[in-house]
Parts: sequence; structure tokens; C-alpha cells
Amino acid sequence: MTVLEERPELQQRLRPRRVTPRKRDRSPITWVRRGGLTTLLLALPMILVFAAYSWWPILQAIWMSFQKTNLITYQFVGIDNFIAVLNDPVLGIAVVNTLYFAVLALIFGFPLPILMAVLMSEVRKLKGFYSALAYLPVIVPPVVAVLLWTVFYKASPTGVFNTILGWVGIPPQPWIQDATQAMPSLVLEATWAAAGGSIIIYLAALLAVPPELYDAAEVDGAGIWRKIWHVTLPQLRGVIFVMLILQVIATAQVFLEPYLFTSGGPNNSTVTVLLLIFRYAFEGSLGGKYGQATALSLMLAIFLALASFVYFKVTQKWSTN
Amino acid sequence: MTTTVRLPPRPSFRARRKLDESNEPEADRGILSVHDRRKRSVRNGQILSHIFLFGGLVIVGLGPLLWLAKSAVSTTQDTLTQPMALWPSGIDWANLSQAWFDVEVGKFFFNTVAIALGQWVISLLIAATAAYVMSVLRPSYARFMEAAVLATLFVPAVVLLVPLFVTVARPPIGPSLLNNYLGIWLPTAANAFNILIIKRFFDNLPFEVFEAARTDGAGPIRMFWSIALPMSKPILGVASVFIVIASLKDYLWPSLVLRGDVNLQPLGVRLPDIESQTELDVTLASLAISTLIPLVLFLIFQRVFLRGAGLGGAVKG
Repeated sequence: MTVLEERPELQQRLRPRRVTPRKRDRSPITWVRRGGLTTLLLALPMILVFAAYSWWPILQAIWMSFQKTNLITYQFVGIDNFIAVLNDPVLGIAVVNTLYFAVLALIFGFPLPILMAVLMSEVRKLKGFYSALAYLPVIVPPVVAVLLWTVFYKASPTGVFNTILGWVGIPPQPWIQDATQAMPSLVLEATWAAAGGSIIIYLAALLAVPPELYDAAEVDGAGIWRKIWHVTLPQLRGVIFVMLILQVIATAQVFLEPYLFTSGGPNNSTVTVLLLIFRYAFEGSLGGKYGQATALSLMLAIFLALASFVYFKVTQKWSTN
Repeated sequence: MTTTVRLPPRPSFRARRKLDESNEPEADRGILSVHDRRKRSVRNGQILSHIFLFGGLVIVGLGPLLWLAKSAVSTTQDTLTQPMALWPSGIDWANLSQAWFDVEVGKFFFNTVAIALGQWVISLLIAATAAYVMSVLRPSYARFMEAAVLATLFVPAVVLLVPLFVTVARPPIGPSLLNNYLGIWLPTAANAFNILIIKRFFDNLPFEVFEAARTDGAGPIRMFWSIALPMSKPILGVASVFIVIASLKDYLWPSLVLRGDVNLQPLGVRLPDIESQTELDVTLASLAISTLIPLVLFLIFQRVFLRGAGLGGAVKG
């Protein structure tokens, strides 16, 4: 720990603040001759791209949510967009569905990668092979994954999953065609597609646990389970906290699965907030309701920001205790 | 006057790989101690974990892809009636050529490659120059650049979707970038994550090398090209993997930007249409073809992928 704390100072001492020495002489010619212009030219691509496609759209999001627009004319409408969105009967359904998706994704997909990573870090052989296999679904393009799983989810008795269920005597299921089963089916596919990434991150975190801690625990007479409970999990706590909030933020913006699997159906049972935003903006027959779409995105973003702020405050308290 | 910086001779590829491995924080022990491993119960547990991991990962990780490979060359009838049987009525190789030529998967495949390559060049160039300016050159405005880049990390992607589309469709200056690959490349290149991982690596390069190069009269561009880039190959590899894979996986943004011109669309964007318009066996062949590029890249650069994924966690944490 002390080494880590000393390091920034050490680096600063070893390392002058900048290569280009700054002189009192501030004439433009000296600036160019000292490489100021070249520096600016190197910085320019990033500044331009970020200004045009990151900073400007963020400002535009705030501005557009108070406008009624068809992209040619803009008209200030106050908070009408927000009122229209909040009065949309589908919004409530979308929020509940998104929460349902997030909760299911936590239940299906959160503990499993931790367990897998712990097991994988403890086996001696085939570690690389297991990591590669676990990561395989992550590299499959999501469109391919969803279309492939649509075939798996075929509701006929000879669908892929229904055939497998048939082997153990379970009757065929309707999967995504049924309003109650559709959402869990979507979460199952999403978990399959994402779990590998989490496993690799946890594996890296497990490798970073100092082995001395285990030695010390053994000297104190701890068995395997107590080592896991009192050393491994506390050491992973930071990563687990961050992964949890990142997963919640990601699932709150779920789009591709409901869009491609079910287009929100059956009976609106898989409409999510982002699908609703997409519908406002890009599926209107009379041109998009861009104002309402941005208003809803803004509300979702503010909610996520508040939620993560509260989350970090709370977990900080837990971490220090 | 020469500007060459003499670095120690480069070790061979294999030796460097070895070196990399020894540098990795591979713990010499995990939860289990040597003593634990001798116990019978632990040994049985190890065998059970192996069975669980091997069986589970082969079925869950590899299974769907193997099934896809099998069904890509099966007849529609076989896939519909006996999905788990191995080619009851023979292998149907014609699916692949039908998909490639009749459904024009070939054309869209090359669109995918073109988009990914362009994205790679543009994103890497922007990320590397920005990281170089922020980490090595450090002009007085570098701090503002850094703060502004960091701030974008905290803005969820959802806020940007609609205004970004509006910006690309009707930019304040210049022509619309809809149905133009620049409309994909430039917004995607505004990625804070790539800049930050490269910057973090530049921060740890030995500063003396840059000082020496300066003394020898190298300018900022020369130092960038001849020192910073060659010394940063590992992280550039990781960033490349991130960029290319993200480009191959992206669906929503390319589908919005290129919705007006089918001939420009990448394979991923075409697949839902292909699925609704063609027979199941040809669809599955198309799906298999689209998995090919990421899969081959993964098999070749597996080590970079896995290290990159772990690094992603480190940066996030």
C-alpha cells in the first residue's frame, strides 16, 4: 500500500510537467516554433469529433426536449413534451418491463459469473480454454445471437429448446410467444450473451488478490469456505459493486432484444423504455416525435445519474465500515 | 543530424510473449493452498468443478455456435423437424452459395469489413493522437480536454441517440452524413474509453526517452510516430480489438444512419430483413457467415481479447 501511495509523488518528481517548455515569451511565432501549432494539430481531430458528436449533442438533447420539431422547423413548446410522455399509457408498462428485465438479469446473470470465475481461477489446467469458451458468446454479434435464439425459441414441439425439454419429459413451452414467458426468455439470451465478459473481469480481479492474505488466513486456521467468505469476497467487493451498477445502467437501456425478438409484444409485455424512445423518434408515420424522444431519454438519463449517485454514496459507506 | 533513439535490441516475438506472460499478475496461489490440494475432498471437488466447467461451458458457450454451423448446411426440413439430429437427409452445401450469391450476403459482408476497417483507422488515429497530446505534450489546454473527455463517460448512451442522429442527419455545417460511412465512423470515434486506456499506457512510458529525442531535435510528430507508437504496441492492440469488435457488433447506429441505402448496409443490419424474406436454411447460413469474422479474429488474437476484457474491468473499477 505504501508503495502505491508514494508513487504519484515519485512520478511527479521524476517527470517534468511538460515537454514543451513554457516561456514568458508568448508571441505567436515562438509558440509555433516551439511546437505549439503541431500540438494543436494533433489535438484537433479529437477536439472536433468530440465537439461535434459528443458535447454538442448533449447540449442539443437538453434544448430539443423543449422543442416541437420535424428537423426543419423548431418551435418552443415548454414542458409539453415531458407532459405528453408522462401521459403516454405505454410509459408505465415500459418502465415496469424495464425494471422487470433488470431484476431478472440480476437474478439470472449476476451471481453466476462470480461463481464461474472463482471455480475457473482455482482449477489448475485448462484455464485458458475455459476463459476462451466463456468469452465466445460475447464476440458473436448481438443481431446474430438474437436471430439464432429466435430459432431456438421456436414454440413448436420440434423447436430446439422444446426438443431438449422433451428429452427430460417437460412439455413444449411457448417461449417468446407468450406474454408471461417472453421477458424471461429475453433475459436468458441477454445473460448468455453478456456473462462471458463479466467472468473475464472477475478472473482478472481474482488474480489481483494478494496471495499473502490467504497465507495469513491459513495461519489463523481458516478453511476453504472461510477463506472465500473472509478474503476472496471482501477483496472482490469493489469490482462487484461497480459491476452491479454498470449492469443496472446497461439493462435500463436494453433495446436490441425486445426490438428484434418480439418488437415489444406479445401484448406490450416486452416494451422497454429504450424501445419506446426508438418508437417515438424513428417509427412515426408522420415523421418522428424527436422532442418527446429526447424528453424521455433525458428523464431516463437523469434517473440513472441519480440512482448511481445514491448507489455510490451508500456503497462508499459500506466499504469504509 | 540524426534523430534516432537507440533502444535496447528488441527480443524475438516468442521471447517477448514469454516476457509478457511473466509480467502478468499471475498469482502463484489462489484460495486453495498446496496443503488443501492434497486433501481428498478438495481433489474430488476439483474434479467436479472440471466436469461442471467443461460440460457447462462446452454446451453453453460452444453449443449454440456448433448448432449454427451444423444447421447452416442442413435442409430447412431437417432443422424444423429434427433440430438436434446430425444431417438426417444429408449435408446441404448449397445453402452457403445461395446465401453468398442469391441473398447477396457477399456484398454486405464486404460492407461490414469496409466499415470495420475504416472505423479502426479513424478511431485509433483519434484516440492515439489525443492520448499523446494529453499525456506527453501536455499543452495548457490538456487539462480541459481531459475533463471534457472524462465527463462524456458519465453520460449514458441513451441521451445521445436522438440528438446524435439529428446532428448527423442535419449538421449545423456541411452536408448530411446519412447514408455515408462517415456518419458511422466519426460519431463512433468520439469514444472516451479508448482514449483513456491509451493515455494510461502513455503515462507509464519512460519520460527520459522523450527528453532524449527532444534533445536530438525530434518534433512532436516525429516523437509520436517513432517513439510513442512503437513503444505502445500492446495497448494499441487491445484498443484495436475493442474498436473492431464494437464495430462488428453494432446494430442500432448503422441501421439508423444507413437506413436509406440498402447497398451500403453491413451484414448485421441486413440480417433481420434476410431472416424475414428467405428460407430458414439460407438464413442460418447467412448467420453463420456473419459470425465468421469476429470468430476468426477471436481465434487469432485470443490473448489480446482476454487481456483487453480484463483490462476493461480494471479501468471501470
